[in-house]
Amino acid sequence: MLKKTLLATVLALSAGVADAQNLRIGLREDPDILDPTLARTFVGRIVFSALCDKLFDINERLEIVPQLAESHRWEDNNRTLRLTIRPNLRFHDGEVLDAEAVRYSLNRHLTMQGSFRRAEINVIESIEVVDARTVLIKLREASAPFLSRLTDRAGMLVSPRAAEALGRNFGTRPVCAGPFRFTERVAQDRIVLDRFDGYWNAQNIHVNRVTFLPIPDSTVRLANLQSGALEMVQTIDPDDVPAVRRNNRLRVSMSDELGFQSIQFNVGNGARAQSPIGQDARVRQAFELSIDRAAINQVVYEGMFTPSAQPFPPASPFHLRDFRPEPRNIERARALLREAGVRTPLQVDLTVPNNPDLRQVGEVIQAMAREAGFDVRLNAMEFASSLQAATRGEFEAYLIAWSGRADPDGNIYTFLNSRAPNNDGRYSNPDVDRLLDAARLESDVAKRRDIYARIMEIAVRQDRARIYLWHRRNIVAHTARLTGFAPVADGLIRIQGMRLN
Amino acid sequence: MAGWLLRRIGQIIPTLLILSFGIFALQQLMPGDPALILAGEDRGDPVVLAQIRAELMLDRPMWEQYLHWLSRVLVGDFGFSWRIREPVGALILDKLPVTAQLATMSFIIGVVIGVPAGVMSAVWKDKPADWGINAIALFGISMPNFWLGIMMILLFSVQLGWLPPSGYVPLWEDPVQSLATTIMPAFVLGTGVASVLMRHTRAAMLGALTQDYVRTARAKGVAERTVIARHALRNALVPVVTLGTIEFGRLLAGAVLTEQIFSIPGFGKLVVDAVFNRDYPVVQGVVLATALIFVALSLLADILYMLINPRLRNA
Repeated sequence: MLKKTLLATVLALSAGVADAQNLRIGLREDPDILDPTLARTFVGRIVFSALCDKLFDINERLEIVPQLAESHRWEDNNRTLRLTIRPNLRFHDGEVLDAEAVRYSLNRHLTMQGSFRRAEINVIESIEVVDARTVLIKLREASAPFLSRLTDRAGMLVSPRAAEALGRNFGTRPVCAGPFRFTERVAQDRIVLDRFDGYWNAQNIHVNRVTFLPIPDSTVRLANLQSGALEMVQTIDPDDVPAVRRNNRLRVSMSDELGFQSIQFNVGNGARAQSPIGQDARVRQAFELSIDRAAINQVVYEGMFTPSAQPFPPASPFHLRDFRPEPRNIERARALLREAGVRTPLQVDLTVPNNPDLRQVGEVIQAMAREAGFDVRLNAMEFASSLQAATRGEFEAYLIAWSGRADPDGNIYTFLNSRAPNNDGRYSNPDVDRLLDAARLESDVAKRRDIYARIMEIAVRQDRARIYLWHRRNIVAHTARLTGFAPVADGLIRIQGMRLN
Repeated sequence: MAGWLLRRIGQIIPTLLILSFGIFALQQLMPGDPALILAGEDRGDPVVLAQIRAELMLDRPMWEQYLHWLSRVLVGDFGFSWRIREPVGALILDKLPVTAQLATMSFIIGVVIGVPAGVMSAVWKDKPADWGINAIALFGISMPNFWLGIMMILLFSVQLGWLPPSGYVPLWEDPVQSLATTIMPAFVLGTGVASVLMRHTRAAMLGALTQDYVRTARAKGVAERTVIARHALRNALVPVVTLGTIEFGRLLAGAVLTEQIFSIPGFGKLVVDAVFNRDYPVVQGVVLATALIFVALSLLADILYMLINPRLRNA
């Protein structure tokens, strides 16, 4: 009897508050504010994908597909977007989602103080409401990336009534038009969303509740999944993948991310740019030739990432198939250093964000580059500090990642344009600037891809402004009870179609 | 006694003022522009960065920021978290019961194991029991919390499936589930406290057992158990209480690694995330609250001394 009671208690404890209809997802950190206008973290976007629908979304092939929008048409030489939204849409508070609400949300993104969306859509000149379901968005100039901006937070619509009532605190009780409505948030503990019955695509929603739990330690995140305390984890470490694959109660799903890992060089930002590696493209080329991307990837990431020499991931229609990483060539690297007239070993400071895997990447690069004649000094810095050091030009080479955008412009313009804010190394080439602007105006995919190929030849092969290393992978693990998960390269978790059996 | 108490409370106010200024000044030394951190990958718009700096007063001199913050704190407003826009006061009140529960459970585990072990170790000095207890204590002090935590998760949650691996359920929502979520982290923290308390209790007891009054008591024929419990332990407890309050204060300040491993949404996790995100109001609020807890505990320790040792009342 005692044994039975004990067993029952233990089972009750371990089951916790599990509910067949409650999908519990472990996130790697606590999201920031849940206001699409002010938010900026990647994990926040995962929560938004259940909470706030967008005008458009992207599918597995990175094609733009309508979400709250029903259709769209470009007019006036691609300077005006005629947008028709779906009929009978409602926000979580019951308010009607009409063309006026579209205008309100876009204007909020454009004008709210501290809006991180402003830069994404400030090409908008005006927004006109034509009728209850139609808006005309007029742009100052044609913009190929514009529509893709509406597939992310800039395309999310918020309830005007709630936004007016809560002002800057809207993110503490967000009201949108996604499949789930906001229920509660306990900072650093959980975000709970409940099914919204008035959702336009309700027939595709098969769970009643989604709970997001931030669990920073990846071993503990995985332990939660293994013990049944979670149904899904946003990401696991590559070296945990074999263990998950061996467990027949779990499934793992991988997709190349939209972003990339790279090494940025300081070629023009302050005194630190006046180093041999900052001033001579041959030295940078020698550095690149000393690195074996596949070997680093094998040592640090179990060979799971995809080596690359470009910012466009394989899933993107703009991926340049013929633009591949150059194989490691120590002899050529040494010859280039001799040609450049530098005395070896040449000291190079490599700033690395202070986390275990990136430090290890830095150490492998250090060992590889030594063979070619480089004396790499690793400068491991906490991420926030490294970001500020990079902005101030206090670096020679900086190992930095980018989470990626669906449109190629978001993966390249801000790093290679001479005036762009993420161009910390102050790389500047008027030809590249001109081509980057031309790509923004070109709507034909093939022609635009050709422009990007020319940019890569100049900025990467000729000027060696940056070394692209690899595309990481979104590694999502979940219980075998969960079906219908369709991974997309952006790494978001779309609950539409998912079932808990 | 009342006058002494008032004097001690009077000393606390300047301490807190100096401390609050210290926190503020130290934060300015931290590298990393909070506006840039807030913007993250979206740092592309200088207009927005300027707006953020203006809203958060980051474009004002430090003394102006400090006075503004202090004037708000004096009326009970700790500001809001820059990252999630929740009021800092509410966050502190939210996290305090979590950390208090964890600290209390850990402390109880620490005292229940540590003090008797220390007494036994002193009484059986240089005997196998003493060596064994010392070895266990050394193991407890040396073992990293994160390692022990992960091992316990793998054993009790993944292998045996007895306890939830992480998370927290408030005591008033579901007491059983609450204990289930906090027992592992409390044990991890408690073993560390127990080891420290054991070593100090042992040292204090060894000192007390050689005192004249103990010899006198034994000579008078007082039972050994009474000698140890009434005479030696009571005197030995003064330094142990000091250490105990410091340990308890340390636990209340947030057991950073343990809370991180077990995803316990307490003080430690709050302040670590705030430091990494340069969420200054949260850091300031939590550190100030922690300092307040520390001075209150040190006051409590002083009061306890007087209750334990009557000679101090006239000192």
